Amino acid sequence: MNYDVFMAGFGGQGILLIGNLLAYAGIIEGRNVSYFPAYGVEKRGGAATCTVVVSDDEVGSPVIGNPGAALILNPLSMEKYFSRVRPGGLCIINSSLVEDAGDGRDDIQVVRIPINDMALELGDPRLLNMITIGAYAELSGAVSLDSLKGALKDVLPKRNHRFIPMNVEAIDRGAAYAREAAGRAA
Amino acid sequence: MQKRLLVKGNEAVAMGAIEAGCRYYFGYPITPQSDIPEYISREFPNVGGVFIQAESEIASINMLLGASACGARAMTSSSSPGISLKQEGISYMAGSELPGLIVNICRSGPGLGGIDASQADYFQAVKGGGHGGYHIIVLAPDSVQEMYDLTMLAFDLSDRYRVPAMLLGDSVIGQMKEALTPHPYISPGDLPAKDWAVSGKDGRPQRVVKSLFLGDGELEEHNWKLHRKYQELKDKEVRYEASDLDDAQLVVTAFGSTARIAKTAIRMAREEGLKVGLLRPISLFPFPEKAFLETTSKVKRVLCVELNTGQMVEDVRLSVARDADVFFYGRPPGAGSLPTPEELLAQIRKHYKD
Amino acid sequence: MSTEMKQVFSHPDSLKDVQTHFCPGCQHGTTHRLVADAMDAFGVQDRTIGVASVGCSVFLYGYFDIDVVEAPHGRAPAVATGVKRVHQDKIVFTYQGDGDLAAIGTSEIIHAANRGEGMTVIFVNNTTYGMTGGQMAPTTLPSQKTSTSPYGRNVSTDGYPIRMAELLSNLEGVTYSARVAVNSPKNILQAARVVKKAFEVQVKGQGFSFVEVLSACPTNWGMNPLKANARVESEMIPYFPLGTFKDSTAA
Repeated sequence: MNYDVFMAGFGGQGILLIGNLLAYAGIIEGRNVSYFPAYGVEKRGGAATCTVVVSDDEVGSPVIGNPGAALILNPLSMEKYFSRVRPGGLCIINSSLVEDAGDGRDDIQVVRIPINDMALELGDPRLLNMITIGAYAELSGAVSLDSLKGALKDVLPKRNHRFIPMNVEAIDRGAAYAREAAGRAA
Repeated sequence: MQKRLLVKGNEAVAMGAIEAGCRYYFGYPITPQSDIPEYISREFPNVGGVFIQAESEIASINMLLGASACGARAMTSSSSPGISLKQEGISYMAGSELPGLIVNICRSGPGLGGIDASQADYFQAVKGGGHGGYHIIVLAPDSVQEMYDLTMLAFDLSDRYRVPAMLLGDSVIGQMKEALTPHPYISPGDLPAKDWAVSGKDGRPQRVVKSLFLGDGELEEHNWKLHRKYQELKDKEVRYEASDLDDAQLVVTAFGSTARIAKTAIRMAREEGLKVGLLRPISLFPFPEKAFLETTSKVKRVLCVELNTGQMVEDVRLSVARDADVFFYGRPPGAGSLPTPEELLAQIRKHYKD
Repeated sequence: MSTEMKQVFSHPDSLKDVQTHFCPGCQHGTTHRLVADAMDAFGVQDRTIGVASVGCSVFLYGYFDIDVVEAPHGRAPAVATGVKRVHQDKIVFTYQGDGDLAAIGTSEIIHAANRGEGMTVIFVNNTTYGMTGGQMAPTTLPSQKTSTSPYGRNVSTDGYPIRMAELLSNLEGVTYSARVAVNSPKNILQAARVVKKAFEVQVKGQGFSFVEVLSACPTNWGMNPLKANARVESEMIPYFPLGTFKDSTAA
């Protein structure tokens, strides 16, 4: 199988981190992966996007025009990228920040998750990225939740390893919410 | 099995260089290659390497010249505007028959241009970017693993032929991360001794590393000697990747980052039943001339894709069979100009004929 | 009664016994000799690597019997940096003219000096581009006529002659910086001491040493050698004073 996902939001939302996490989870599963980041010239607060491909075959292009999935974390990314999701694909939208419900398309699966609110409930707004990637892994099956969790130690700097349990919980919450939301929609 | 690591392309260059025994690095900061000096400045103290952040690109290439003249494995890295500044030194190294690795993680131009991925330095790299008529070895990796492997190969080829070598990448290959399986460097074992390197003469006859030849006929003979080495490189050191050519009606050719995008486009085309193959030059100098001639003795349509307005396509046209048609699709580099696989698929459909 | 003969003068081991290409009255030959004597004095010929520059001194390897790397114009201090970092236990020197060091190579000399590279720099200042035919140099004196300042150097448009020995002495990385002349026996003897001192700094691992040598270029000055020597005394030395501008080894 071949999974490609495009993630977009503000710099500071931890998008590049979960891009790395997903790629590392793919490596743990013995798959081929690519992670391609793009960001503005600003060091903080600019746009942050990345494309991750997880594949059982050789990864071709690390750049995808019409991705099979998109994780959209802020309104600007919704405007720019929502229309690019491949028909039959998946789009996870951060409904805490993005008002557009994504009704404009009925050829893709749209799942809205109040990611910022959930992160605050968990006690740390920074966990929004982990909720997002947990939801994506659950809905896409690109990698297992266990691989994601196992990759945390590879991706987080040693000094942050004490936060791994919180991150694990956020991944699980994201996955659980996505499961439920997808169930409702179906 | 060796552990697979998630590694950025630029860092793979630095890792490959250290593994290949490079202990001298001279450079100047420029985006998008600064991961290389950052990695090396962090790791060199552990292996006894010498890292100098030079005052300029010009100084760094000349420090490389000096270290190389001593027989050391040494390198510099930069990006397009910086490589322009290094051309004087590269010409002197070529003239002095000095090995050495120059990494160019290209950005867009001309002038200050931008920091986006670019292949607009192809001409500069393969035609001899400085004065005087010379070539350097140019290798173009298309994956993080190749960034590692070809860095090692570049050192070996450079040492074997006493010709400077360049690794030509861009910010896609430099900034992306992929699984890398690091492996130990194995020296070819038959690399010639550096019996020309300066070290203080210590009882033996004087050694001189120079590119000045003023005697009657001397410089002409020197140029023929260099030319013979370039011919030998063409005979022995061509590298390319070929796939899906057996039944192909159209061959797509691209190097580096665009080759990666092309691979996905070719896969999509094959899913539509289009018989499309790939010919990817890995060594840009020496260029795979024979591979193009042989391929186009059967496949008569060639689509060349580049992140520029047409550079490698000139070498393709010179190499193909006389009755082959060569089409070109280029995007001048800049923000948002990286072609997508879908875009290349449209080009494949346009030029495909059963 | 037997007489004991003692040799008091000989050809330096470090210099080849060949004829130079230098013009009559040129003082490169003298300066080559002083550098060779310094190498011989410390017995370092076999472990010295010279870095040649572009200009009249480009044929360094033809005269010194040592290993030599030829550098692009102005880049000798960068090339020498690469050499010295590989061969930290060897003696490395550059030999550069004023166009090479004080114009096109200003960046390289300042930063090599500032890094305190353990090399010796011999800087020959003859106020002109000799090899290219006597053009204006960064050290050309005010009102001096050259082939590209035919009405004399106009400081309001061409700027002022650069005093490199003083300039470099302001850098923390410099251990030793001095200026000498080779226009008279007295000055040559002093120059020999200074060049030797500069090599001693390196032999002892004390850092970067720099010697500026005021030198005559009779051909491009349009003078005979005697008049050229007199000009060094009457015009150059007043603008470029002789002396030691920095010596951290004394402290």
